Amino acid sequence: MVSIQLEEIGAKYGRTQILSGISTPQFNAGEVIALIGPNAAGKSTLFRRMAGLFAGPGTVILGADMSAAAICYMPQDTSSSALLSVYEAVVLARKQGSSLRVSPEDLAIVDSTMAALGITELSERNVSDLSGGQRQLVGVAQTLVREPKVLLMDEPTSALDLHRQIEVLALVRELAQQRGMIIFIALHDLNHVLRFTDKAMVVAGGGLVACGTVEEIITPAMLRRVYQVEARIESCSRGLRHVIVDGVVSEKVKMAVA
Amino acid sequence: MPSNTSGIAAQAASEVGAGRGHYHALVWRRQLILAAMAIALLACLCVDLALGPSNYALADVVKAFYAPEEVSIQIRVVLWEIRMPIALMAIVVGAALSVAGAQMQTILNNPLASPFTLGISAGASFGAALALAFGVALFPFVGALDYLVPINAFIVAMLTAGLIHLVSMRRGVSVQTIVLLGIALVFCFNALLALVQFFASQQAMAAVVFWTMGSLTKATWPKFWITLAILLAVMPIFVKRAWALTAMRLGDAKAESFGVNISRIRLETLLLVSLLAAIPVSFVGTIGFVGLVGPHIARMLIGEDQRFFMPAAALCGALLLSASSIVSKMLIPGTIFPIGVVTSLVGIPFFVSLILSNQKRPW
Repeated sequence: MVSIQLEEIGAKYGRTQILSGISTPQFNAGEVIALIGPNAAGKSTLFRRMAGLFAGPGTVILGADMSAAAICYMPQDTSSSALLSVYEAVVLARKQGSSLRVSPEDLAIVDSTMAALGITELSERNVSDLSGGQRQLVGVAQTLVREPKVLLMDEPTSALDLHRQIEVLALVRELAQQRGMIIFIALHDLNHVLRFTDKAMVVAGGGLVACGTVEEIITPAMLRRVYQVEARIESCSRGLRHVIVDGVVSEKVKMAVA
Repeated sequence: MPSNTSGIAAQAASEVGAGRGHYHALVWRRQLILAAMAIALLACLCVDLALGPSNYALADVVKAFYAPEEVSIQIRVVLWEIRMPIALMAIVVGAALSVAGAQMQTILNNPLASPFTLGISAGASFGAALALAFGVALFPFVGALDYLVPINAFIVAMLTAGLIHLVSMRRGVSVQTIVLLGIALVFCFNALLALVQFFASQQAMAAVVFWTMGSLTKATWPKFWITLAILLAVMPIFVKRAWALTAMRLGDAKAESFGVNISRIRLETLLLVSLLAAIPVSFVGTIGFVGLVGPHIARMLIGEDQRFFMPAAALCGALLLSASSIVSKMLIPGTIFPIGVVTSLVGIPFFVSLILSNQKRPW
């Protein structure tokens, strides 16, 4: 069974406490969970703790017959000067920790993943020649070819244009349901959270502020508390919910957005 | 991109094979380049063996390999006892230094990294100078000067590597810190070397200067076998980690997300590379250029998939040094120029022309 639950997760950089006491209910296959919160709240550190890349107190409880290798972390956009083609870079992600031989099955998975993301035409391009958005799509491909059960995506759409953002998030949702994965996705755009995710975790000041369904979490009260903004949640003519920001809550600045 | 489940499968099926064809062509091209380099190296070895105070026909050299009884005893003795250890030493030293440079550049993510960036070579020079100038034996049980110098050089080189290793293990030490420490060590050992030369006799100073130029004439069969053994012991470890080492070039965050234990692999590679660099430098002196440029040439020819890049770096280094050995004998007949000097003079024009003509950036 594919599931994950966090219990009293904490993390420290030297003497600085980054995270403490983060516990969640159990998340199950097919769910897309948004990880939201202000900058430097500890979102990336939480992902790295969950992926086992960073030591600290607490436990990540996985479903029966799931191993730590089932969790894949996709870091924020990183550039590279390596002389590797995109195709090689995706094969590289697939082959980590396994034999030197690249099998036809490996290539089939790389091919289908790149095709699904619409980046087959980038195959021969060098990774150092890609734009930020293209690098993010390659990053998504590198994560998916490892066939994870739990996928942790750290701001995967930050460098993408609006069209690509929607495409990638739609694909994420589809993959979660189609492959029975649990996908955690760190996002700053709360409208994307409302539209593409099922649940949300709010991290601020190194702790978990709230965790629940998107409808429960994305509220004017939460936005005021965590982001210090005055906002409304309203439905458009197609029934989709949107965050409308009216202004910033501040002693000094009261910016009105007409 | 499709927006429904069936769409993904349909599009995937239609595009399957497009990237794969490119990949197969890439792999095939790389195998061809490696084979061509191996053949060129074999040719270089034969020419290197044929050249010397008395030049032999290439046919005699080739015959000495597969039908030694058909060539004269004189040719056989000169080839096998005198020229062969030197020619083979050029190959293994070039390969070892180039692989060491390739992995240094990989783990430090720095195009200027080489076995000499971290002070390993400078440390070896200082250790050798202590023996040559004052007869100081850092390992007291060695009497003969033939081994006193390389053992001194090796000990100081490994102490340098050990110091870097210890600093690297400290929490929070970045790659940039390691490179800066290496540069500081280079300056420190160069100052100490100058001090040794200042206090040494004129004869000893000449010996120190000659040693630091690098020379293959110091090669013997035992030294060749030791260098080869180290190379053969270390290479399989790098081969086993080919995927992880390639991932390191995508950056620490990406490699870590692939499950690569970057701090462990960096520390272990640093130690192995130190060994790979210290042994040849101890035996033949400072040959700096190969460790820096060999990997860059290999990278431009073959890319950075370590399954191909590593053997290519070894072959490039071996070819560079073997070709330099040939040139060192041809410049003035009867005189063998220091190989370290020739390597730079031969390699730099080639390297510069490659950088200027190649579409791919060297880094």
